[in-house]
Amino acid sequence: MVFMAATSFAVARLRNLFGVVMLTGIFSLMSAVLYVVLDAVDVAFTEAAVGAGIATVLMLGTLALTTSEERVSEAGKPVWALALVVATGLVLIYGTFDMPPFGDPYAPIHHHVAPRYLEKSGQEIGLPNVVTSVLASYRGYDTLGEVFVIFTAACGVLLIIGRPKRGRRRTLRMKVGEMRHGMRQNVILRVVSKLLIPFILVFALYVQWHGDFGPGGGFQAGIIFASGFILYALIFDVDTSRMVVPSGVTRLVLALGVMLYTGVGVAGLLRGGNFLNYSVLAEEQTAGQHLGILLIEFGVGLTVAAAMITIFYTFARQEH
Amino acid sequence: MIAAQYPALQVVLALLAAPVCLILRRPRAAWAVATVITWISLAIALSLLGRVWETGVILYPMGDWAAPWGIEYQIDTVNAFMLVIVTLIGSVVMPFARASVEAEIEEERIYLFYCMYLLNLAGLLGIAITGDVFNLFVFLEISSLSSYVMISLGRDQRALTAAYRYLVMGTIGATFYIIGVGMMYMMTGTLNMADLATILPAVADSRTIQVALGFLTVGLGLKLALFPLHLWLPNAYTYAPSAVTVFLAATGTKVAVYAFIRIFFTVFGGVEVFNAGFIPEILAVLAALAMIGASVVAIYQTDVKRLLAYSSIAQIGYMVLGISMVTVTGLAGTIVHLFNHAIMKGGLFMAMGCILFKIGSVQLDQFEGLGKRMPVTMAAFVAGGFSLIGVPLTVGFVSKWYLVQAALEKGWWLAVAAILVSSLLAVIYIWRVVEVAYFRPPPKGSAEVSEAPLSMLVPLWILIGASYYFGIDATRTLDIAFVAAETLFGPPQ
Repeated sequence: MVFMAATSFAVARLRNLFGVVMLTGIFSLMSAVLYVVLDAVDVAFTEAAVGAGIATVLMLGTLALTTSEERVSEAGKPVWALALVVATGLVLIYGTFDMPPFGDPYAPIHHHVAPRYLEKSGQEIGLPNVVTSVLASYRGYDTLGEVFVIFTAACGVLLIIGRPKRGRRRTLRMKVGEMRHGMRQNVILRVVSKLLIPFILVFALYVQWHGDFGPGGGFQAGIIFASGFILYALIFDVDTSRMVVPSGVTRLVLALGVMLYTGVGVAGLLRGGNFLNYSVLAEEQTAGQHLGILLIEFGVGLTVAAAMITIFYTFARQEH
Repeated sequence: MIAAQYPALQVVLALLAAPVCLILRRPRAAWAVATVITWISLAIALSLLGRVWETGVILYPMGDWAAPWGIEYQIDTVNAFMLVIVTLIGSVVMPFARASVEAEIEEERIYLFYCMYLLNLAGLLGIAITGDVFNLFVFLEISSLSSYVMISLGRDQRALTAAYRYLVMGTIGATFYIIGVGMMYMMTGTLNMADLATILPAVADSRTIQVALGFLTVGLGLKLALFPLHLWLPNAYTYAPSAVTVFLAATGTKVAVYAFIRIFFTVFGGVEVFNAGFIPEILAVLAALAMIGASVVAIYQTDVKRLLAYSSIAQIGYMVLGISMVTVTGLAGTIVHLFNHAIMKGGLFMAMGCILFKIGSVQLDQFEGLGKRMPVTMAAFVAGGFSLIGVPLTVGFVSKWYLVQAALEKGWWLAVAAILVSSLLAVIYIWRVVEVAYFRPPPKGSAEVSEAPLSMLVPLWILIGASYYFGIDATRTLDIAFVAAETLFGPPQ
């Protein structure tokens, strides 16, 4: 926690944006550790892959397009903004005074809805990982919404910066091109990443299909898969990786993922249940739930991976 | 049988159609899909409103998991009415959008635009329909993200800055909201609105809940552009593509007002939030400042779209004023104004869209002689302007009448004065446009008469016509608004 505070302070002070990006990556890793301490392994997974991995790559991509030095604004010191932030912080701290103490077994959150999740999800859904049961089934609709948030973000990136190319960026592109070239000639990077990438992809598949038993699921799997892929594109070439998976395909997968999720919901609806009722998908309730969760998690994985790769491609096309 | 599934279909159809647009990749096909889906959604919303009217609240547990374990849709008169407003505007915008979007957005991006439009529609409907505070946040994110993207598509380069600013402010708003929700969850262990309403009174005195309420108020205040949190709005509305401005101005802030009402009257319904502290007074003062301040600023605008945007901030002031009275009449005034303002402001921004389509600019000096050059569009603008001012027989009059009545009931003379002053200011800013358009000769060398295509004029006149139809015969909307207001004051069921 102290490290996190120190890092964020450094981020605010530092003028070199390259350093800032590195520090935010570190910040994400540390918060991932914090999540593990808080027993939220699934969140930690996502934070490590998104915050420390993909977000850093994307921010570096942005820096390559713009500049890595922050311009110091002339307008005086933002005293009012600082005062506002401090006031908000104080109000937040004031609010914590009446919060139940950390780890208090009598806190309201442990006594209202949680007991049923813990006690009955075994019978009702039949999965050992309660987190997955809650995310994918009890509150499956929220998860559907979140996948659509990611879908929206990817489409938004396509729409805003997926514009036809313009001439004035050429100089920057060349610079990035040289950097790329340099990386490809680096034998150590090439060999190590070639060794690692298959494992990363296999691990992603494991996280995908094993999410119902251990921590993990579609979100994490999708991101890990995408990061393996992006690593390849970074070390070798975006064009080479585009030959493996053309951007039309990622776009299609992006759409198919959310459609699969929604489709499972509609299937429940057609078989006489409400939207997203997986129990009616098979003869037995738990079998239906299991099938439904497996399918929707696959849908999540598809969309998340495709979204990340799409965003990366779109950024990279700006450079190339 | 299928009717029982309408609550889910209301949102899911639009959600499902968005990826379909992405796959189709053809502008016309995407437009056709979006049009059909919004029209079906309107039909569903109307039938839901009819059912709520006859049989009362509809509950729809997602995945058949009963609340509070699962997520439940809870539709009463208030949100059924919101659903109708959103889908109605959405359906009228679609035919208008075809020509307007083709003129303002590059062809290869149009299919993605409709994808965003559908997501935005689904997001707004999801906010309006849900009975779960976290689910509301998820759909708030969908609708916000898609609206930032749509705003950034404006032809003017400044659209990007406007969208970015809105993104920063909107994200702060959403974060504040989710902090508030997190604190409520910590103290109650539930996210379901009805469930929260029953548990909250017991813990309402805790500082955590008080802070939560503060964060929720500021967060939603940012979203609905409550003065002084409105700074994102003028640029966003001015530089967005016309169809986007129409849709967002008529629905986006309205849904945020609805969420505000929902949190205050339903979730905190069991807690007497309005008796403690000075919340009503603060809201009323902010509302009055918005009504007068924004109207004054509107007078000095040279961009007519921006003028209307400031007028929107003033109109949001009316809605908040109605809320701050905490009476059935005041709240009914707000709810009916949600509908009335949506149709008249939608109509006025459509008129802007037509002018932009033909003239290419909505700067005031370009309006010279427009009364002769685009008679049908300008007539609609004047008619809509009357409604904005609150001339009798228009919807604007109906809402103001009830707000004034509510203020009189409370003995708030200053509020009555604020409403009157703000209406007078509206006369001035509408008159400025009318004067330029009708009393100045058209610039030399301009075409005689050239009107926007029918596909744009018909939707325009539908909205303007509606603002007279519901102004002359307001019984239906008023009945709904009063029943809705009474439901909100009723015991949380």
